Order: sequence, then C-alpha cells, then structure tokens
Amino acid sequence: MDLSAINPVLLVASLMVAATPILLAGIGELVVEKSGVLNLGVEGMMITGAICGFAVTVETGSPALGFVAAAVGGALLSLLFAVLTQVALANQVASGLALTLFGLGLSALMGQGYVGIKPPSTPKLDIPVLSDLPVVGRILFGHDLVLYLGIALVAAVWATLKYTRAGLILRAVGENHDAAHALGYKVIRIRTLAILFGGACAGLGGAYISLVRVPQWTEGMTAGVGWIALALVVFASWKPWRVLLGAYLFGGVTVVQLNLQAAGVAIPVEYLAMSPYLVTILVLVILSADKSRAPASLGRSFHAAH
Amino acid sequence: MIVLDKRPQPSRAWSMATPVVAVLATMLFGGLLFAALGKNPVEAIRTIFWDPLFGEFAFYYRPQLLVKGAPLVLIAIGLSLGFRAGIWNIGAEGQYIIGALMGAGVGLALYPLEAWYVFPLMVIGGALGGWVWAMIPAVLKVRFGTNEILVSLMLVYVAEQLLASMSLGLMKNPEGFGFPGSRNLQQYESAYNAELIAGSGMHWGVVAALIAVIFAYVLLNRHMLGFHIRLTGEAPRAAKFAGVRPARLILFCLGASGALAGLAGLFEVSGPAGVVSIDFNVGYGFTAIIVAFLGRLHPVGILLAGGLMALTYIGGEIAQSNLGLPAAAIQVFQGMLLFFLLALDLLTNYRVRAAWSEVA
Repeated sequence: MDLSAINPVLLVASLMVAATPILLAGIGELVVEKSGVLNLGVEGMMITGAICGFAVTVETGSPALGFVAAAVGGALLSLLFAVLTQVALANQVASGLALTLFGLGLSALMGQGYVGIKPPSTPKLDIPVLSDLPVVGRILFGHDLVLYLGIALVAAVWATLKYTRAGLILRAVGENHDAAHALGYKVIRIRTLAILFGGACAGLGGAYISLVRVPQWTEGMTAGVGWIALALVVFASWKPWRVLLGAYLFGGVTVVQLNLQAAGVAIPVEYLAMSPYLVTILVLVILSADKSRAPASLGRSFHAAH
Repeated sequence: MIVLDKRPQPSRAWSMATPVVAVLATMLFGGLLFAALGKNPVEAIRTIFWDPLFGEFAFYYRPQLLVKGAPLVLIAIGLSLGFRAGIWNIGAEGQYIIGALMGAGVGLALYPLEAWYVFPLMVIGGALGGWVWAMIPAVLKVRFGTNEILVSLMLVYVAEQLLASMSLGLMKNPEGFGFPGSRNLQQYESAYNAELIAGSGMHWGVVAALIAVIFAYVLLNRHMLGFHIRLTGEAPRAAKFAGVRPARLILFCLGASGALAGLAGLFEVSGPAGVVSIDFNVGYGFTAIIVAFLGRLHPVGILLAGGLMALTYIGGEIAQSNLGLPAAAIQVFQGMLLFFLLALDLLTNYRVRAAWSEVA
C-alpha cells in the first residue's frame, strides 16, 4: 500500500469531475421537486442522455453538439413522464420507475453499435496564465466548460428561485397547487416545463459520464448515479447550494475509493466500490429527521375540478 | 375540449380491461419498433407471443415458462402488498441476491453432507437473507423516517458488489481450477432444487409462488392485516382513525416482500442457475415491479401477468436467436407495457368526455 502515490491536487481536480454528473442531475431534479413533482426516472433520463450525447459526438465529432443532443434526449424522455403524470394523472412513483426501466432498455438498444469506441475528447478550458498556476490552476481553471456550466446552473437556479417572479410561481405551485391554480397560474404547464428542465439536466449529467468521466459507452454505465442524485436533493433539503456541497461530498467518496483501490489498500475492491452507496444511505439517515423543507405538494397529482 | 371527470369510484370494468388494452397497444407499438429495427413486425410478435406456447418447439419452451414465471410471481406478490399501502420496495433485486447468497451459503457450508434437512435449511436461509436485507430500509424508515425507495435501491448496488465478492472469494469453488463461481448446487443432491415432475419445469419455486398467491389472496380479502394494508393505501386518514399502526405495516410489508424475493433467489440459485456467479441476477427484481402493476396489485392478476412477462422473456430469447432481435428491444418492450398501463389507468379513475359548451 502506497498512499503517497495519491496526488492531492489531482484528487481535488478529479473530485470535481466525478461530482459533476450528480450535480447536474441533482440541480435539475431540485427544480422538478420544487414544482411539486417527484420524478424517479432520473437514472433512465441520465442513461438516455449518456447514449444520445455519445452517439452524436461520435457521429459528428463535436462534443458540444453531443451535449446539446444529450439535453434534448433527456428532455424528450422526461416529456413522456410529463404526459403520464400531468395529463394522464398517473401515479408519479410508478411512472418514474417506468421511465427508468424504459430508459435503460432504450439506451441499450440505441448503444449497440457504440460499445468499445473512444469518443472525441471534450476540450478543456485553457486560459494562458491562470491554467498554468501551480495547484490552483489545475483545480480551478483546468476543466471543460460543462463542469463550469454545472456550477453556474446551481447559481442560476438559486437566484431564480430566490429573487425572481418565475421562481416564486414555481415554488407556489410546489407548495400548494390548488392555491396557485386559484390565482390563475397554469399548474400543469409550469410543472411540465420544470420536468423538461429536469430531463435536460439529467441528460447533460449522463453525457458527462459517457463523454468526460469514463469516456466510453457501456450498457447501464450510470450505475445508480441517478438514484444518488435523487438522494442528493433530500440531502440538500431542497436548497441549491447544498446540492453543490452534497455532489462534491459524493464525488469525493467516489474518487477517494477509486484512489484507494489503485493504491492497493488491503480492503477488497468490492467493499470499496460499495462505499458511495453506503455513504448515501448514511447521509439519508442523518438528514431524514428534518422533512419540513420538502415542498408541500410533492408527489401529488393536480386535477382542476373546474 | 376534452374534460376529465373524476369517478366517485374506480371503474371495475376498466380496471379489468386496461391490462388487456395495454398489452394490445404495446404489441402495436412494439411492432412498429421492430419494424424500425428492420424486422418483420408480424413475425416478431408471433415469435414472442405464439411460438413459445404453440410453436414447433413449444414442448421445450413451456417448462421454461414456469421456470421464468415463478420468481417473477413470487417477488411481485410481495411487492404488491407494500405498493397497495404506499410502501415502495424498489430493491427486490438486492433482496433476491442476498437470499440466494444466504441460501447457497447454507448449502455450501454443509457440503458434502447428504441429508433430507439440507434443502429446507437452505430455504430458511434464503428467506431470512431477503428478509434481513429488506429490514434495513424498513427499520430505517420506522426509526428515522428515511425514504425506503432510495435506501432499498442503494442496497441493490451493495448486494451486487457483495455477490461479486462472494463469487470471486468466499464462495468460490475450491475445485473450480480458479474460475469464478461457486460449486454447482445441481450436482449436490441434497441441495438441488430439482424438477418435481421431470420435464415439466415445475420446481419448488413454482410451488412456493402458487402458495404465495393463495396466501396473499386470503390475507388481502379475509384478514384484518390485509384490510389495514388496503385501507392505508386507499384512505390514509381513515386508516389513522381506524387505529392502523404504520410502523407495523411498514415492517410487515417490507419484510414479507424481502423474504419472498429472497426465496425466489434461493430457488433460482439452487435450481435453474445452479451456481453463485457474478452475473447471477438478471433483473427479475425490477421486472417484477412491472408484473405487480400489470396484475393490478391483485394476487390472481399477478399470476397471469407473471406468465405473460415470462412469455416475453422466452419469446424475446427466441426472437434474439431466430430473428436477430436485440435483447434490449425486449427490455424496451416491457418498459412500454408499463407506460401504456399507467396511461390507460386514467380511464379507470376518470370519465373522459368531450365538452363543447364553454360553461364549466
């Protein structure tokens, strides 16, 4: 065992990369849940985004187009969920599960020709002086644009929810859909938009796994990250900045266990690989006591009687 | 303008009809999907739904129907109890794995002892394994209010790692020339879950599934606990006034579904699969969720739905080898079925009518 082989600068830099998929999916799901909808299909939307982004990047050679395609793919799949839960008024838990099962199958079907291919690499930000700074340069200025987009999204969601009229309406719909309806807001339309936003974010997160983090396509490669993102929203008590904190915590656990595996620690690989899931459970247990922050209408269908 | 009016009570007729309509719609759209993949849709649908039952080689496929259907029904019956009460056990796949590990562990520990009590002990071990794994989310939910959906699902991934660790380490066959995987329980007579009638596919898992169906039917229709389960799902407030204790219900529903999933795993590992290996689990725990909904969370419905789902598995395999239909296409097909089912449920709970007048 040689722990000195672990480079702390690289560790932090790769922690940020590992956290980004969870962060993107988590912030999207936060908006969805703030509107009062529980979409358990994050895993399915992520894996669909992963293959859409991967396929388009390989075909066009452009990672930028790939990420756009991933967002569109995730949003399209989430549209299915929106139709089921907002128009057909189906149970949200069951519909979310259906979305995940469907997305896993669909992505496997779409990804058949793409196994074992290496995608064009996503360009990293390279600012002349800043990126070459020792330690800080590598951590703060040496990543690809999508990683910064993730952080910017957190800030944008935070500001929108807190300071804008649109954010206020979204929260009103999530807290009490009957009151929002009585005030004349289109509950179904607002929720559908929120669901689409969540789908696009999950798609981006998925593509980040297949294009940057791994980068490769294998069936079921998201391996529960979508579910961790769902847990993250609970962990964050539906607060955007805490999503960032939580994502970095989970990213940290993932990266540290991978580094420990590589360093040959005397713990079997399988037990190290369990750790992100166990940490998720542990965090859920610690934070579940306080449920007061959850949007009051979360998971309830809205049907305007008249 | 189309208007939805909530029915005072769910329509019984539509409740029975939706699964059938959903299956037909899935066949139609599945056919379109197969056509898009360049396969003859009629031939593909016939291969999936007709050939396993009445085709040339049906004598081989019919027993498979029981082998594949038994774990699905066994798991789905357990899940349906919780789903009815709004308790969502999504981690049946993990409980299935742990049940198989515990059960097989008992058998492997006793090897090469030949005695009548080896298999019963393994059955107990399997049920106990699944029960313990399901008790983790149950106890956490009761004690800390933790979301059982997320915890049970996280435990699937933990169980998969445990399975990998076991089949590469502790349970590896010492006479296996270093290959991963345990001893083959099919060659250990006291532990082998053999067919009860040769060539029928009927093993102890099938018997257990049938017993579970009857047990669940009696529980839900004739027993106070079953009434409490239904009451909690349909009218949580009324359930509170009726003195239903949620904690007891959570522990029972999750425990029962875990034990049944564990049993399904044990019957699989000691019978059709034979060995503990990394790729032992094939997603029965997740497909069973579809089975439970397709069967309307009703024991008899689940029995029928389990049969149908087993048919798509077997038909899918035939279509894979005969027509070159990708395995993932069947997964999409199964997912589609659940979509249509959930969407069509609208007709059970709401009356759809066209409204021409502006007066609302």
